[in-house]
Amino acid sequence: MNRAEREAAVRRIMERAAAPVPPDLHAEAVRRGERLLWRRRLVHRVLWLLACAAAVAFAVWAARTHPWVEPPSQTTPPISGW
Amino acid sequence: MRDRQVSRGARRAREFEAFVAGAAGRLLHTATLLTAEAPDANPRARRLLTPALAHTYARWERLRGEDPYDCARQYLATRFARATWHQYAGLGRARRPDPRSPLAALAPQERLVLVLRLHEGVAEEQTAVLLGLPAERVRTVCDRAVAGLLHPARPAAARGAGAKAAPW
Repeated sequence: MNRAEREAAVRRIMERAAAPVPPDLHAEAVRRGERLLWRRRLVHRVLWLLACAAAVAFAVWAARTHPWVEPPSQTTPPISGW
Repeated sequence: MRDRQVSRGARRAREFEAFVAGAAGRLLHTATLLTAEAPDANPRARRLLTPALAHTYARWERLRGEDPYDCARQYLATRFARATWHQYAGLGRARRPDPRSPLAALAPQERLVLVLRLHEGVAEEQTAVLLGLPAERVRTVCDRAVAGLLHPARPAAARGAGAKAAPW
């Protein structure tokens, strides 16, 4: 018995018993699929909201503190009177 | 905008219903072979199949020409592999295969490889990638499963939970 014959025999064994499909399978799959989609959309929305909030917070903070301006020196005393 | 969304949803519902009508029988047969349950009493296979179909439904818009059957089958196979892995790790109880199943004599990994390779006709390399095994390993397991199925008496001594330790 060569390889192809053995594989064909195994295929025949596996094809034998077919299971009946439950009638509510499609409805159940759609229900769970919709729930998955809804949850995914919710996660997207929350993440976008967080990103927007972070951007606004950063903009407000930057507008108030001007982090790009060099801070006044702490070590050298101001030069005056020469 | 809303109209377009509604019509897209209706089209997806129609296409998905046609897909389930065409593919559910074969997918359920595959799942029943994997779980080694009797064809008329297969709660585990149904519990595998429903999330696989739900996952396919959720991905329907983003399949982009990919075969939905492939998507469902991949999900089925990886979910089954993960479940048996947990079972080996001692979580959950071990399940006895039903003697009415044609693959009752095989270990879960052997069933998985055999069903993917021969029943579903997935190529050796693709099976290897899907299961995260080397291709030679897939070939070995498949050969061993074929031998175990056709000559059930011979490998009975080496078989058991330690399918990985079996010498051939």
